[in-house]
Amino acid sequence: MKQFIQGIIDNNQYQATHLLQILRQIQSHYHYIPEDAIGQLASLLSIPRTQIIGVVEFYSFFHLSPRGQYELLISDSITDHMLGSKDLLAYLAGKLGVAVGEVSADGLVSLDKTSCTGMCDQGPAGLVNGHALTHLDRAACDKIAELVKQQKPLEQWPGELFQVDDNILKSGLLLNQPLEQGAALRTVFRRGIKETLAEINQSGLRGRGGAGFKTASKWQFCAEEAETQRYVVCNADEGEPGTFKDRVLLNTYADQVFEGMTVCAAIIGAKQGFVYLRGEYLHLYDKLQNMLAQRRQNGLLGNDILGEGLDFDIEICLGAGAYICGEESALIESLEGKAGIPRNRPPYPVTQGYLGKPTVVNNVETFMAAAAIAVNGGDWFARIGTEKSNGSKILSISGDCARPGIYEYPFGTTIQTILNDCGAENVQGVQVGGPSGTFISNQEFGRKLAFEDLATGGSFIIFNTSRNILDMVHNFAHFFAHESCGFCTPCRVGTSLLQKQLDKIVEGHGSAGDVVALEELCQLVKNYSHCGLGQTAANPILTTLERYPDLYQNKLKEISYEPGFDLDAALETARRMANRDDAGAHLAQIEVNEHE
Amino acid sequence: MSKTITIDGKIIPFEDGQTIMDAAMAAGVYIPHLCHQPEFTPHGSCKLCTVNVNGRNCSACTFPALEGQDILNETEELIEDRKKITQMLFVEGNHFCPSCEKTGNCQLQAVAYHLNMLDNHFPLFYPDREVDASHAEVMIDHNRCIFCTLCVRASHEKDGKDVFAISGRGIHKHLIVNAKSGLLKDTDIDASDQAVHICPTGALLVKRTGYQVPIGERIYDHKQIDQVALAASGSRPVAALPPSMAVGTENIKHGE
Amino acid sequence: MANKIRVATTSLAGCFGCHMSFLDIDERMLQLAEVVEFDRSPITDIEHCTNCDIGLIEGGVCNSENVHVLREFRNNCKILVAVGACAINGGLPAMRNHIPLEECLNEAYLDGIGVENPKIPSDIELPLLLNQVHPIHEIVKIDYYLPGCPPSADVFWKFLTDLIEGREPSLPYELVHYD
Repeated sequence: MKQFIQGIIDNNQYQATHLLQILRQIQSHYHYIPEDAIGQLASLLSIPRTQIIGVVEFYSFFHLSPRGQYELLISDSITDHMLGSKDLLAYLAGKLGVAVGEVSADGLVSLDKTSCTGMCDQGPAGLVNGHALTHLDRAACDKIAELVKQQKPLEQWPGELFQVDDNILKSGLLLNQPLEQGAALRTVFRRGIKETLAEINQSGLRGRGGAGFKTASKWQFCAEEAETQRYVVCNADEGEPGTFKDRVLLNTYADQVFEGMTVCAAIIGAKQGFVYLRGEYLHLYDKLQNMLAQRRQNGLLGNDILGEGLDFDIEICLGAGAYICGEESALIESLEGKAGIPRNRPPYPVTQGYLGKPTVVNNVETFMAAAAIAVNGGDWFARIGTEKSNGSKILSISGDCARPGIYEYPFGTTIQTILNDCGAENVQGVQVGGPSGTFISNQEFGRKLAFEDLATGGSFIIFNTSRNILDMVHNFAHFFAHESCGFCTPCRVGTSLLQKQLDKIVEGHGSAGDVVALEELCQLVKNYSHCGLGQTAANPILTTLERYPDLYQNKLKEISYEPGFDLDAALETARRMANRDDAGAHLAQIEVNEHE
Repeated sequence: MSKTITIDGKIIPFEDGQTIMDAAMAAGVYIPHLCHQPEFTPHGSCKLCTVNVNGRNCSACTFPALEGQDILNETEELIEDRKKITQMLFVEGNHFCPSCEKTGNCQLQAVAYHLNMLDNHFPLFYPDREVDASHAEVMIDHNRCIFCTLCVRASHEKDGKDVFAISGRGIHKHLIVNAKSGLLKDTDIDASDQAVHICPTGALLVKRTGYQVPIGERIYDHKQIDQVALAASGSRPVAALPPSMAVGTENIKHGE
Repeated sequence: MANKIRVATTSLAGCFGCHMSFLDIDERMLQLAEVVEFDRSPITDIEHCTNCDIGLIEGGVCNSENVHVLREFRNNCKILVAVGACAINGGLPAMRNHIPLEECLNEAYLDGIGVENPKIPSDIELPLLLNQVHPIHEIVKIDYYLPGCPPSADVFWKFLTDLIEGREPSLPYELVHYD
């Protein structure tokens, strides 16, 4: 082990900022992070062992105790549920002879759930040792169980298990005209750096992650900082359940994304860029590395790019299972090899980002659009869309529709148009922007895709009339409780309380006042949380409560109060040990007045 | 003329680089807080010091004071919500004051008293947490930890050690110590470390000192936490105090 | 006498310390007796609560009998009050909550030091233990809380006189204690 770890550390130049990448290799090799490895890493990297344990225990894909040699994870996204993943998980558990959340006695296989893996258009999906599995069904589970039993190395597993399709079903402004390699950079050098920034400003491009900050302003603020060392970061940690467009962009348009990053580097004066790729997209890693190598070979990365004196290179860093790292300051912490805990702001990343230096963090789609704008000019982009939302938006459409996949629309398109295009019928509502976004009912399909109406990072999940909206809300509430980083009180405790209170109502233990209490708690978590995760964690409840109050009220019993836990079940141990089953050994969940 | 902000209509001067908390404390305005201590890098995690700045909620301990800020601090809504945040801290841990030797000197309890918290409001979590009594002089009762990271910061910033860290995610967050065994006895902690004395609750204690001052005669039995905190911040410069007392003046230190 | 305020009190998983503290209002008890009469309480022989104005509950809920008694109080008292640390957060009895009940019973009746005739009691007259001790607000709706271990006599006095005189009860800083 000593030698193995020494090798990894050598390859990572003893950089503690590479801790996640180092731990990923150790986890992949040993299927956990052994105690001896922690000690060795601490001394080689000169960091306290607590920092290593802190990172291991923060990220879902690292473990202090051994997982199976085959580590199977099934996506727990609502979109996978809708495709039958719950039954499939139970089926797979039976086939493998291992309980969900457990490791088999022989250490061969472990099975668990994981947050959305970004394969919502081709689920039920999962991961095996970090590699994406798609289109799972019982036949695939049978096959997997057999391959595990035979202890076949992953390289020998049939390729169709890992088949990831792009599913680009509607192309618009960006997807229709991919750039030729180097076109954007050549235009930038010809037109001039300042002039290019002016074009991006003219385009009105706003951040595509969902928040919508004006890209040109962000780049300009960063460029104006006194610090000379600056960084470009591409946020490819698309963890919002129901979002998978960055997966497709990085599979097919990565070159243009890298080009956009390089344009940004030229404008802000950065020498180093990072792509923070979510761990679930490990299948893209080698392809992206090859693409970078090719760009270096073609003089588009590295020293003296295109002979214009620009030095810039890009490194790909993989995440390790933490939704919070999609938040830009948490992402930066993660890039620095730490737990992904959002920073206090100010200072903002444009002034103090990676290693405290000015940093631009943008979404994959933003960089891709910026590259296109650099070539085609600001007006080309600005003539599309609405007054406040220029250009197009790439959507990841999933859920109840005939044709899930990638769709690109000009801003201002109505929800109804989108639903028609993807073949959605009997629609009850749409979750726009993922769990942190807004749920709209079928009375609102005239609303528009736009920052000023329905903003979205790209997630678009359709629910038909056969679906129970509370199942969705329940799934989202558990998602946020699982993904809260735990830094601040309102989110750490509040998301768990929201989960409990919602479970109480959904499971039929709610009574008068419980919905009011739920709403109060929602407001508390929303108004006091440290970052976007907590501030939006109550959205699924709030937006559905607003539209379907009866859905919640009808769950309530017409009594003044009911316990939130099962009283009779709480006597089970005592009953068993006392060997009793008489009437006095049971408790009714609610009781009418005995003495009236 | 110096720059000013207003807090609940009161005009308060500040200097560049001060946070809202710094300016407020210097002017004798108390904003409830637990994870903050003036001598440490602000953390901003407990959210008790949330104030409303020009319509937006901000943590006073981390947010810079800026000219023109109109700040609300003691509104009914903020007080009520701070009480709920305190209740959250109570239900996520195991805070049984009658059996805790920190009672009366505990800032979590004192803030709750200050906010007139009479109940827990939420369902209790009753988490299963350990007590680490392995060290001869210092003990950790994880049941009472609120993840304020003051011990983490004190050990790093003041003691020049890294005895403590916060590990885990979400509701599974927990305090860990820097030893292969995971036990306090195998760390380089010393009972005189500032980290040991900074805990706002009874999570970190020096053994055999807890009852030297009887219950009923302790800090917050006599004074509200706002008076204590303001007096402590007014008693700066701290350089006049011996090093072990230079921080945590809101904490009583027994056995000296 | 009919218009006297009826008060019932009981202790669930508690130690009667709150009741003792209540009695510490000393001679003020005479004043109280002029306007209050006691229904079910350790200081009367009444076994079941009838219609009451105020119910004072000490202790948390650790077994099935506690649940029945608490429900009886809730059904019969206009105002139900959680009195003391145990009623409010389970208190000291709740410190068993992180130990599985099976271990508790094994230790107490089967494997513990000094146990003779090891046997888990199974008489049907005995209430069964719940897996965990719960504060009373998790079982029924509670109207007011009087913290303290125990709440001081002055807390009882302040609270009851507020209620009796038609004021919204409140506790000033000096009276709020959790220890």
